[in-house]
Amino acid sequence: MKERLQGIRDEALKAIEAADMPDKLNDVRVKFLGKKGELTAVLKGMKDVAAEDRPKVGQMVNETRAAIESLLEESKKKMERAIRAEKLKQEVIDVTLPSKKNMVGHRHPNTIALEEVERIFVGMGYEVVEGPEVEYDLYNFEKLNIPADHPAKDEQDTFYINKDIVLRTQTSPVQARVMEQGKLPIRMIAPGRVFRSDEVDATHSPSFHQIEGLVIDKNISFADLKGTLEVFAKELFGPDTKTKFRPHHFPFTEPSAEVDVSCFKCGGKGCRFCKGSGWIEILGCGMVHPHVLEMCGIDPDTYTGFAFGVGLERIALLKYEIDDMRLLYENDIRFLKQF
Amino acid sequence: MNTSLSWIKAYVPDLNVTAQEYADAMTLSGTKVEGYERLDADLDKIVVGQIDKIEKHPDADKLIICQVNVGTGIVQIVTGAPNVKEGDKVPVVLDGGRVAGGHEPGSRVEGGVKIKKGKLRGVESFGMMCSIEELGSDKDMYPESPEYGIYIFKDDVEVGTSAVEALGLDDVVFEYEVTSNRVDCFSVIGIAREAAATFRKEFHPPVVTETGNDENASDYIKVTVKDTDLCPRYCARVVKNIKIGPSPKWMQRRLASVGIRPINNLVDITNYVMEEYGQPMHAYDLDTIAGHEIIVRRAEKDEKFVTLDGQERQMDDSVLMICDGEKSVGIAGIMGGENSMITDNVHTMLFEAACFDGTNIRKSSKKVGLRTDASGKFEKGLDPNNAEAAINRACQLVEEMGAGEVVGGIVDVYGKKKEPVRVPFDAGEINALLGTDISEEDMLSYFKMIGLEYDEAANEVIAPAFRHDLFRLADLAEEVARFYGYDNIPTTLPKGEATTGKLSFKLRIEQTARDIAEFCGFSQGMNYSFESPKVFDKLLLPAESPLRNAVEIMNPLGEDYSIMRTISLNGMLNSLATNYNRRNKNVRLYELGNIYLPKSLPLTELPEERMQFTLGMYGDGDFFSMKGVIEEFFEKVGLRGKESYDPNAGKPFLHPGRQANIIYGKDTVGYLGEVHPDVADSYGIGGRAYVAVIDMPKIVDLATFDRKYAGLAKFPAVNRDISMVMKKDILAGQVEEIIAKKGGAYLESYSLFDIYEGSQIKEGYKSIAYSIVFRAKDKTLSDMEVTEAMERILKALEAMGIELRK
Repeated sequence: MKERLQGIRDEALKAIEAADMPDKLNDVRVKFLGKKGELTAVLKGMKDVAAEDRPKVGQMVNETRAAIESLLEESKKKMERAIRAEKLKQEVIDVTLPSKKNMVGHRHPNTIALEEVERIFVGMGYEVVEGPEVEYDLYNFEKLNIPADHPAKDEQDTFYINKDIVLRTQTSPVQARVMEQGKLPIRMIAPGRVFRSDEVDATHSPSFHQIEGLVIDKNISFADLKGTLEVFAKELFGPDTKTKFRPHHFPFTEPSAEVDVSCFKCGGKGCRFCKGSGWIEILGCGMVHPHVLEMCGIDPDTYTGFAFGVGLERIALLKYEIDDMRLLYENDIRFLKQF
Repeated sequence: MNTSLSWIKAYVPDLNVTAQEYADAMTLSGTKVEGYERLDADLDKIVVGQIDKIEKHPDADKLIICQVNVGTGIVQIVTGAPNVKEGDKVPVVLDGGRVAGGHEPGSRVEGGVKIKKGKLRGVESFGMMCSIEELGSDKDMYPESPEYGIYIFKDDVEVGTSAVEALGLDDVVFEYEVTSNRVDCFSVIGIAREAAATFRKEFHPPVVTETGNDENASDYIKVTVKDTDLCPRYCARVVKNIKIGPSPKWMQRRLASVGIRPINNLVDITNYVMEEYGQPMHAYDLDTIAGHEIIVRRAEKDEKFVTLDGQERQMDDSVLMICDGEKSVGIAGIMGGENSMITDNVHTMLFEAACFDGTNIRKSSKKVGLRTDASGKFEKGLDPNNAEAAINRACQLVEEMGAGEVVGGIVDVYGKKKEPVRVPFDAGEINALLGTDISEEDMLSYFKMIGLEYDEAANEVIAPAFRHDLFRLADLAEEVARFYGYDNIPTTLPKGEATTGKLSFKLRIEQTARDIAEFCGFSQGMNYSFESPKVFDKLLLPAESPLRNAVEIMNPLGEDYSIMRTISLNGMLNSLATNYNRRNKNVRLYELGNIYLPKSLPLTELPEERMQFTLGMYGDGDFFSMKGVIEEFFEKVGLRGKESYDPNAGKPFLHPGRQANIIYGKDTVGYLGEVHPDVADSYGIGGRAYVAVIDMPKIVDLATFDRKYAGLAKFPAVNRDISMVMKKDILAGQVEEIIAKKGGAYLESYSLFDIYEGSQIKEGYKSIAYSIVFRAKDKTLSDMEVTEAMERILKALEAMGIELRK
């Protein structure tokens, strides 16, 4: 009996080894382990075995069955692996073929620059506020210490709707509007569209954007203004950026300054981009003029503050090295797609 | 404003800096140097030479051979210049040197021209004798130079010395950007005062001595100022026995360095004093002044006047005139008249140094259409005290230069004298404002450098009259900061109460609009807020359309930019057209920008500014692609499932059969449609274009970022498909409205899956098929429950004349 089982086992092994496809393995399974299979036949012959030998024989049959099954299983897995490997081989693609893109739109460079600026100042606790683009002369000029007959009010620069209403020439009127509301302290930026009577060319546009910044609180100093704008410049143009504050004059700030940043193209060595100076002018700023505070109902003996104004287009042109301002308003898709 | 370095050094003799150091330091102390030009930048190895001998060139009629003594020896130079003779002293550029350009005026070459020895028609030449043009200047600035040919020195220069120095070209000219508050810096003295303070050197302004003979000017001239509001001060002095001639070289050089052409001693003196003191002056021929009387008054209405440039000009009664006993002799502060101008035959002259109202001069200058150096200075608003100083300086120069005999005394009409302003001083507060710790002593030393006095008893700083920008502590703080150095002020961040940084809800909705538009393939454009009134016709708007009521700009750049837009489409259509013309395919653009709606016209209050979200596209996609973008946006800002579309939008610029108002709840929040082919044609967009406009204020009112989780479905859905036949003019939206209304509580969703018109269906009808999904949250629906709902739907559909396709 033992020999017979061994024989079946050897035969099955041979058959498994000979099988080259999974269905042939199945044939082997049927032949040896199936209902009419050889091992079943052995079990059926158990009645002829002496009763005391039966457990032993039964155990031997089971062992043989287990051995064959495990061989079958192993062989099947091997075969499947080979088949999958073959399939994978067949499925090689040329990964350098062109991609299938979704059509995704692009944000205007002005907006990208604006969002960058907003991110920096919102992070420092500034609220983003807006004001009207068609504005009273009162807010655009008078409350900013620019009285009637001031050359800055000249028709050459300002679009007038009538003698009291203008297209705002700066975002600074938002300062006055926010201060008037009287909620202190103030930390705000006010981005928006402004208008000047300039003919369109590569560096001028009658409509452009500014971002106004205003901080009013107790004990605000010029040193705070310097520190704030230094953080801003480093965030916007990179951590190695240096800033330079130069005295300047604006009617609504005193002291006033213009701010240059070290040229981010040459790092300050001087190049064509910064006209050899190593510096690029980016904004105007200063301590809010005490008279402006008074006009907006804030006591200049208790509160001080600083304000700054940045040209958005200027930042976009500089940052993205755009050489003609007209491109910003042409809306040529080939231009917009680059951002 | 320009000055040369040498002119500044005349008042700050200890100044010893390079041009770059000067430019940097001046800029940092508040006198911004825009740039500078070294007059000798392109000049090299140029000496004074003297011609020893001239011979003819053996092989060229037009050339001569000169033996020139250049100090270190004799060099041979061949030249074609016609104007030299033996003994002449001339500028000579030696072999290996450089000149600025050719001998034609304006023929400067960047970087200069290198001069090397060479042969001219076989004769060796070791350098070149120079014309004034070759040295980078011209006859205008060096009137003594010949019309054509080599510059010839007067005998007072030494052979072998630098010709550049002899010509005063060893100088640097700075260009400053002077801010409007610093009127005093529109003068060389003003800049020099700043330079002295910046470099902590002594400042030596000109010392004006008393001038004039024993006579008195008031015997020669009477001055009456009628309009004192426009003329706070008028000073007049008289010079007789005038001797017109050239001004001295130093004066010519200084004038030339700032671009003023030397003319003769009298003109040069007025120009010189205007630059030096910042005070424009005028000279009249006293013999032409009727009655020897000056009257300052406003012009007659419609007065015509011939200025000294020979032009007749039109006045009005706001323009201030200088008149004599009979007639006008000058437009105050702008230009004198032809009838009283100085000629070569002048014997007695009236000098005028006055102070006029800056604003009036600015406005008059514009009205008359004449802007001069003088008006440019006056319009800034001058210090009346400066007028007297300037006229006395001019008379001093007349005497020094022997240009005439100055008559003693001055006729000075000066109403209310301008007094210096006193500003209370508080070092502690200045430090608090600046965030610094500067000693009181240092602050006072800065004030002293720039001519501010300190009254210790009153603890006040006294601002001199020429500084009319100093009124309060903040102004003093700026002066301290300038000379302490902005760079030396520390950098800190604001302390104090924390604030919340945030975007407004409106801005967040706009940000979402940008995100969605871009996800859907639209790129952001930007258009101007003003446009042409012709836009309305272009958009086929009827004459009575309220959109034609636009805010008009009084002084637009042109008609094309003359009204504030009331509709955002024009910019979009122009942008699509630009792209179409440039053959860009599949263009999708969006814009977020305001329209401006007047509450009434003419405007008495600010117009309403409404943010419009405008989308436009051509190429791939159609009406329904555009509709999809809108719905994606609505969903993202919390407007869910209540939008509907009314095809009766009545937009004349859209295709009559392909347009709809977008309705949310009961509000019309925008519209979309295909651009009317007539409109597309007039903009030059070929093919079909689609636009949508969303009125953002309405969206902001309705929008929310709040979300509530509704749970995931646990029970199976039941799906029923229906196919219907109906008249063509029944809208899918009407069918959906019925499904939504009658579907009951278990209705989950419905979607159109087929629409058909054609041979299978009778004429004038269409077939539409919907898939309707029912589901309950808490149980598996029974067939009966679904059937009941379906029957309600079908019944309502049938009532509309819709039949079910079996």
